[in-house]
Amino acid sequence: MNAARDILRQLLRDPAAAVGLLIILLLVFIAIFAPLLATHPEAIWDMNPRQRLLPPSDTYVFGTDRMGADIYSRILFGARITMVIASVAVGVALLIGVPIGLISGWTQNWLGEALMRVSDIFLAVPQIVLAIAISQTLGPSIENVILALSVTYWPWFTRLVHAEVRSLKNETFIEAAIALGVPTWRIILLHVLPNVASPIIVRTSIGMGFTILTASALGFLGLGAPPPAPEWGRMIAESREFLPEAWWYALAPGLAIFLVVMGFNLLGDGLRDVLDPRIRRAGARR
Amino acid sequence: MRILALILQRIAWLVPTLAGLVAVVFFISRVIPADPVAKLAGETASRAQIELLREKLGLDRPLLVQLVDYYRQLLSGDLGTSLFTTRPVWDDLYARLPATIELTIVAMMIAVVIGIPLGVVSALYRNTIIDHVLRIITVAGLAVASFWLALVLQLYFAMDLGWLPLQARITGFPPPSITGFYIVDTLVEGNFTRFRNVVAHLTLPAFTLAFPALATVVRFTRAGVLETLQKNFVVYQRAMGIPSGLIVWKYVLRNSLISTVTQIGLLFGILLAGTVVIETVFQWPGIGAYAFEAILQSDYAAVMGFTVYAGVVFGIVNLVVDIGHAILDPRGTGA
Repeated sequence: MNAARDILRQLLRDPAAAVGLLIILLLVFIAIFAPLLATHPEAIWDMNPRQRLLPPSDTYVFGTDRMGADIYSRILFGARITMVIASVAVGVALLIGVPIGLISGWTQNWLGEALMRVSDIFLAVPQIVLAIAISQTLGPSIENVILALSVTYWPWFTRLVHAEVRSLKNETFIEAAIALGVPTWRIILLHVLPNVASPIIVRTSIGMGFTILTASALGFLGLGAPPPAPEWGRMIAESREFLPEAWWYALAPGLAIFLVVMGFNLLGDGLRDVLDPRIRRAGARR
Repeated sequence: MRILALILQRIAWLVPTLAGLVAVVFFISRVIPADPVAKLAGETASRAQIELLREKLGLDRPLLVQLVDYYRQLLSGDLGTSLFTTRPVWDDLYARLPATIELTIVAMMIAVVIGIPLGVVSALYRNTIIDHVLRIITVAGLAVASFWLALVLQLYFAMDLGWLPLQARITGFPPPSITGFYIVDTLVEGNFTRFRNVVAHLTLPAFTLAFPALATVVRFTRAGVLETLQKNFVVYQRAMGIPSGLIVWKYVLRNSLISTVTQIGLLFGILLAGTVVIETVFQWPGIGAYAFEAILQSDYAAVMGFTVYAGVVFGIVNLVVDIGHAILDPRGTGA
């Protein structure tokens, strides 16, 4: 607990990381209290042809969309979709990727080798190529987007953990534990895992930002949550036919994606500086 | 010799990896609820007609048999026939390849030519206002959704100011096809009106595509230069009174670029992934837009063809980068 407080204190000393953390806390707050914060919570899924495509005003802060719904309120509810997709997808990727990385890094036999080759297959094309193929085949829905993103993101964790475990295995304290006859599962859980936690945390934060970008791209291409779900990427796609007149339509969702991704990236950079001073600030991203 | 061994080893790994990739996408694309055969046959087709078509396309056989067949087909250089354009996928990809290569190369050039000097400047003026501004730009470059950036740029430069065309690759007739790269072809042809037209069309998509890669280049160059600046030889050169401009642009930059060069594979991945979205937004007649169309139509052969293309291109680029790295910096070769 003390360690956590220490990390937090160091994080807050870095203004960029503090801003990142603030943005993410704000996002979580908005996602939870969307119905209370929204000015027109009832109009998210309704059609109001008379209020169609109104520019920003006191009543509609960010204007209205093609259905006459308040864009501000839709953005708030969209925060829920974004948070759910990103946290579940990255969470599942963690649950798949970290154990596989631990096993392959530790065993270093044919099994470990085979697992790494499998993860290489998923890294052989950019993530979005596979994610598009998967979410298209499964059909547009939030669950399928989550599935597509986690299936394509886990190898990043595997590769990271694998490399860390391999170098850890040569450390004296691990060799000592092996020599003392400590059961392997105990060594992995109590000695290896805590020592690879830092890079995993950093990668998780940056992975959240990256996943939100990919998820919104899927939404933009029409492969995300089906309408009328207030998914940010899809809102931008919808706005295209009303440009340039309804400029506000695309503005708010784009800024929302930008802010949130930036929040996770800034936090990730800050966490890297605090937790993992070995890695340079510009170290491998994604 | 060691480098040759490395190359052979990497090529040997590339083949099973690509085979695995093909298998993964193959199974994903065949285990679908949507039935492309029914779609292709049309809504009025009877059940028997659909089955006949399925049989004709060979889609009624066991999946494993289809996969083995597909491998055999790939090995003979055949990517199959697109269900929707009814042309060989290879021909479709080949026809669209120049558009994508042209866009990607220009974007890569923008990222490198602008990114490296910015990175050096950012490192030299560390923690000054210049560095902070550049840091904000790079952070933004990695956080902005490319399709949104594309729309904003379209909105401002094409719709509002009218300076640049909204989309497509050219207005009017394309230049006579010599290389397929419009920039080269218009220059060879000597038609400068058409050349300007092509450049204008390229500007927005290439810049949008380049933006995240640019941000990455700036970050890596900055970090590399900062690290090199602390090395002993730099201190020595300073002590020898060598002008600092010469030190930085000649000696420091060369040493710090090794890390940037090794990231070209990563950059290329960013660009390759970007083409799907950017080409769709700008209606750029390249492979990315083709892949997206193919996916929307559940066009097996075309989706597979694109994936194989992406895997091969990505694999080769990474191979070349690894070889380059082994030559530049033989210490890490190991194997």
